[in-house]
Order: sequence, then C-alpha cells, then structure tokens
Amino acid sequence: MTGLLLLLPIALFLGGLGLAAFLWSLKSGQYEDMDGAAERILNDDG
Amino acid sequence: MSCCLPDVDAVSNLPASLAKGPSREELTLSSRVLPNGVRQTDLAVPGVHCGACIANIESTLGNLDGVEYARVNLSTKRVSVRWRENAGAPPITEALGQLGYESHLFEQGADEKDETLAELIRGLGIAGFAAGNIMLLSVSVWSGAEAATRDLFHWLSALIALPALAYSGRIFFRSAWGALRNGRTNMDVPISIGVLLAYGMSLYETATHGPHAYFDASASLLFFLLIGRTLDHIMRERARVAVKGLARFAARGATILHGDGTSTYLPVGDIEPGMNIMLSAGERVPVDARVLKGRSDLDCAIVSGESDPVAVEPGAELRAGTLNLTGPLTIEATAKAQDSFLAEMMRLMEAAESGRGGYRRIADRASALYAPVVHLTAFLAFIGWMIAAGDFHRALTIAVAVLIITCPCALGLAVPIVQVAAARRLFENGIMVKDGSAMERLAEIDTVVFDKTGTLTLGMPRLVNSNEISARDLALAAAIALHSRHPISRALAETQDGKSAAEWSFDAVQEVPGFGLEAAIGDNVYRLGRAAWALAEAGSIVGTVLSCNGEKLAAFSFEDRLRAGAAAAIAELHDRQIAVEIVSGDRSDAVAAVASALGISRISAGVLPSGKVERLDALKAEGRRVLMVGDGLNDAPALAAAHVSMAPASAADIGRSAADFVFLRESLAAIPLTLDTSREANRLIRQNLVLAVVYNAIAVPIALLGFVTPLVAALAMSLSSVIVIANGLRLGTGKSRRSACESEAAKPTTKVFPTKEAMAS
Repeated sequence: MTGLLLLLPIALFLGGLGLAAFLWSLKSGQYEDMDGAAERILNDDG
Repeated sequence: MSCCLPDVDAVSNLPASLAKGPSREELTLSSRVLPNGVRQTDLAVPGVHCGACIANIESTLGNLDGVEYARVNLSTKRVSVRWRENAGAPPITEALGQLGYESHLFEQGADEKDETLAELIRGLGIAGFAAGNIMLLSVSVWSGAEAATRDLFHWLSALIALPALAYSGRIFFRSAWGALRNGRTNMDVPISIGVLLAYGMSLYETATHGPHAYFDASASLLFFLLIGRTLDHIMRERARVAVKGLARFAARGATILHGDGTSTYLPVGDIEPGMNIMLSAGERVPVDARVLKGRSDLDCAIVSGESDPVAVEPGAELRAGTLNLTGPLTIEATAKAQDSFLAEMMRLMEAAESGRGGYRRIADRASALYAPVVHLTAFLAFIGWMIAAGDFHRALTIAVAVLIITCPCALGLAVPIVQVAAARRLFENGIMVKDGSAMERLAEIDTVVFDKTGTLTLGMPRLVNSNEISARDLALAAAIALHSRHPISRALAETQDGKSAAEWSFDAVQEVPGFGLEAAIGDNVYRLGRAAWALAEAGSIVGTVLSCNGEKLAAFSFEDRLRAGAAAAIAELHDRQIAVEIVSGDRSDAVAAVASALGISRISAGVLPSGKVERLDALKAEGRRVLMVGDGLNDAPALAAAHVSMAPASAADIGRSAADFVFLRESLAAIPLTLDTSREANRLIRQNLVLAVVYNAIAVPIALLGFVTPLVAALAMSLSSVIVIANGLRLGTGKSRRSACESEAAKPTTKVFPTKEAMAS
C-alpha cells in the first residue's frame, strides 16, 4: 500500500507532464505546418 | 533544385509578362494591420512544394525593403509577409513572379485560426490521457484489487474522468442539448446520456464501496468518438483550405479617376454610381458600369456563359465580374457593389438555398430510430428487474449497463470513419469535399445537370483547321498572337507550343481593341483579326483571318474545347442510368454542337440564372435528385438550389463556395469517380450500421441478464469499434490500386476511364 501511495502520484504526474507538453506544443503552433517542418530540417540556415 | 522549376502548367497558360498576381494597391487593401505600424499580407502560392522553395522564397522576400518577416507554410501553400507601413507595400508579387511562383490573394477570413479544430484536439488529448490512466487503474481492479485498494482506484478514476467529461464531453453535450432544445434528436443525445449515466452510477457505486465502476467506459467512449470527430473535421478543413487557396476572380478594388485628373485606388464597396473608373486590360469589371471611352473585348464566360468574347465600345453596358481582355477602358459605374450583378446572384442563391435544407443525415436518421429503442429497452430492463428481484440498486445497475453497452460507440464511428476514408481518396484525386453530408446526398442522385461554358468545355477556343494552313502562316500568326491575351490569340499562340517565335522580328505590333492585332515587318503590314477589318475586300469572308497588306493569307476557324474526359464521363453516367442534361446561358447552336458531340439529348440554351433555378425546381417537383455541375456566376444560384453540386476549380468565387464538391483537375472523370466513391461510402456506412445493430443484438441480452461487468463492457465496446473502423477503412485500401492507375492514365491529354477488366488485372 505504501508503494502505491508513492507510485500512483508519480505515474499521474508523468502522464500529466506528457499531456501538458502536448497542449503546449499545440498552442505554440507546432502542428500548423507539418509538411514544412519536415522540409525545413534539411535547410542549413533553419 | 531541379524540382523547383516554376510551375509549368500554371505559367504556360499566359505569356510570361502577363503572369502577374495582385497589384500593390490590392495588397495594401487586403492586408491586416498589426501593432507598431506593421501590416501582414497572406498570399496563396500554389507552386511551393519543397524545402528549397521555402528557403528561396523566404530569403528573397526577407531581403525586400520594408519586409520584417516572411514565412512559408508548405501544408497550406501560403506565404505570410509582415511589412512596415511607412514604406508602402513591398513588391511581393513581383519578387515571387521573378522566382517563378504565381501568387494570389485568397478569401478573407480564411486566415483565422481554426478554433474548432484546436478545441477538438485539446479535447482529444485530455480524453486520451484520462482513458489511458483510468484503463490502467481498471486493469488493476480486474486483476483482483480488493477492498480499500479498489476503492482508492475507483476514486482516482472518478477524479481523472471528471475533467475529461467536463472538457472533452462538452463537444457532445452542447450538440445534444442544441438538438433536444429544438425537439430533435441526433447521435449525440444517446452518447451524452450514456456517458453521463455511466459516470453518475459509477460514482454512486464507488461511494457505496461497490465492485463495479464504469469510469473507463465513459472515458474511452469519449476518446474513441473524438477520434472520429477530429478526423472528420481535419478532412473537411483541408478541403476548405484548398478551395479557399484558389485564385479569386472578383475585383477587390478599382482605380477611380477624379475630375481634376488625379486618381485613387478604392475598395469595391466604396465605389458610388457616377464615378469614373480606369480599367486596364486584364482587369475584371468591379461593378455594373457603362463604357465612356475606349474599345475592347470582354470575356463574359464566367458571368453569362457566352463562350465568345464580346466587343464593346462607348455606350456599352458592362456587368460586374466580366474580364477586360484587350484594351484599356474608361467606364462609369452605374450601380453600387451591393446592387451589381454579383450581389443579385447572391440574393438568388439565398432564395434558392432550400435545395438541401430538408436533408437529414444518415447518422441522425439512424439515431432517431435507435435512441428511443435503446432508452426504452433500458427502462423496461429496470422495470423488469424491479418486478423480478425487487432490488432497486440491482435494477438500476442493469439498466445503466444496458445503456453503456448499447452506447453508440460503433454507431458514432460508423459514419465519420467511412466518410473520412472516402474524402481522403477523393482528395488524392484532386476532388475537395466541403460538406460531410454531400457524399450521402450525391449517392442518391438520378439526374445530372451541366452548365456548358467552363464546365463541359474549357471556355477556351481551339484551332480546328490547322491542316488547311501553311506552317509558315501559322507560325507568323502565332508570333503575332503572342502579343495579346484575347482567347483566340492564345489559342493560336498555343499551336506553336515550345517553338521559339524569335525568327520573326517585328518592327511594331499593336493591338486594336475590338478588331485584332497589327504587326509591321519592313514595309509589310500584317493584320490578324476580324475579316472585315483585316482585309481590304472582305466579301463573304467572316471570322478570324491573317492578312498581309490587305491580302488574305489564311482564315482560321475555332471551336470551344471540351474538357478532357468529358465524353467518357457522360458515357459513364449514361451507363449508370443517370439522366444528363445541359442548361446553358450560351447561344443554342453552340450548346447543340457540344450536346451532339457528347450524346446529350436534353438541352436548354440561352437560360438566365433564375431560369436555371426554375429548371432545377421543376426537376425536383418531378421527384428527381439532381447533381448540378457548373462554374459561372450565373450558375451559383443553381448550385445552391440543387440537391448536391459540383464546381471546377476554375469556377467563379461564389460558385465555388456554393458547391459541395470542387474538383481541381481538368478532367471531368472526377464526376463518375466522386459518384462511385460516394455510393461505395454509402454502402459501407449501411454495412457499418448493420454491424452495430448485430453487435447490439448480441450484447443487449447479455446486459439484460445482468452479466455485464466493466471488463465485459470495455472488451465489447473496443471490439465493436475496431470492427467498424476496419470495415470503414476498406474504402481506402480497396481502391488504392485503382486510383494509382488512374493518375497514370490521367497524364495523356485524352483520358480514358479504366474499364472494369483493366482494373481487375
């Protein structure tokens, strides 16, 4: 039971971190030009 | 870099000097004002397609004076440029033109961020997070967590599910509430009831330390349904963005001449009757007007459906939207923009909009049958168990279990998943679906009504008697014709395509608007144009001739060119027992010629825009379901009135926005392809609905007997969803071979639709 009390918050926190990262990436417009992003990585001057 | 050659198809339509985008005045007019004296202009640039294009455009535009920021979006094929106001609009289109990219402004309002999509994806993320975590906790419960641990897990699940329900569920609750308030039901009503009841009962169960909680079911249900909904939205948005990115035809503004000799550029909406407008060749008439000075030829194809250019001289009345081809004109506005021809079409469209108003989508019709049955079953289960066992709690649990197991997860996915797969296949073939219900409506049609000019034909003349003309005369005519944008000149210029015109060095070439072109080489004066003007003694000769010092060298005859695949497409429609007719605004002899070439017997010619709507209403009164295919401004009301409508990419702006489908490629093979895809999609949708019913027929008795634990519910729901999705995706895979061989076949100029045998091989 004590193991659970430690592990559950950790698991939920990590999951929440993933969700927050996803929402942030969405908000910062990283999904607005998926084709462009794939090509830009090949350009030297970024 | 070899892939970065200019878009040959787009440029070759016009001589290089004419491939221009919006003027700088138009750029200023359409730009958005940002803080700190900066303006932003968004342009559609259909030619960008690789990383080198991006680097090229961004560095070139970034180096222009006054440009602060230039960014290419490759997915939407657009460029955003921010520039400082004080320096005036930078020469963006010219710079793009020099790089070989055509650019144009697109419909305003299109650049607003898609809020619905953002909401759907956020909802999807939250529902996914909740479903995943709750499912993990549930697995622990199923593997035998007991007593306090189980209660802890249930409480945690309830806590995670609550925000998911509140945030992601909103999308369904809102739509369900909207429907209920108007006394209707839709698919979202049983979904909302199921999800909310499952949550409520599980909460009660948890509070009373019960063994079964359905939090996982309600969260994963939302997750699955949101996937379908999001895909559906993305697909339609992609089509809408692609359609909005097409060039606009309506003028945005015009150069107004004032009495004191000065001129200003005014937006169309500010033009008052009586103002004098300077209209140069290549511009569209902004409002209804009368010619004061100058002569020219006007292309009315998109406005009235007339295929031949009309010569105008002082006193002639012009309709808004027509294209000035050859000479500059000074015109006087006779109506405001909102009273012009375009606005009249808009009013007709609004009046005609009822064409599809009564249509109810398959999913809504299914749920109208489905929801009462399910809810009644659950209610009867509750009554039955109350009578049989007398245990209120147990009866309620079973009733809710029935609702959960029948909750239309599969049903909610049955329709969108198929339509997404179908829309994707059409998208790959250059056909944009703007509305989800369009495919359902298309599958029902039994009649196709075509416009002629611009739809069955390209609205561009083609030389038909080249074998009667000596190669030298033809080359000379083509070299002269290069100097004009008159459709006949372009047709002549195209006959030499690829060959250089440099061998002819003219001392002077001038266009005489309304008549033709005059070229001088030494002492010889060549004239290309109307016979009466070009020849010293025309006699009985009419049409277009080439003359040298008044002597006839060659006479040319032209006919309107049919769209590629037109004959094959019409034949395919006949094969499917679909009635075909032409309703055109053009002269009856021109219409009859096209009709006989295509084997269409029912034609009406010289029809006014309102007449087209009347024809469609008459067909509707006969009980026919009509697909309208048209491109012009004059077709727009008919496009809105038809059961379902289609327009080519070359259609007028309002026609394109009125149509349910827009096809980007030239070939009319798009029509049978869209029809087949829609019919197949409808078949799969029905199959999916049957699958959902079969699933329910098995699952409901189990639920009624009280054997549905959360584990069984999770398994059954996932299984039914996966089956429905797999069945829906058959549409994407089954035909990929066919679309691949079509795109190969599409390359030759006359495209033949692959036969059944060819497809089978």
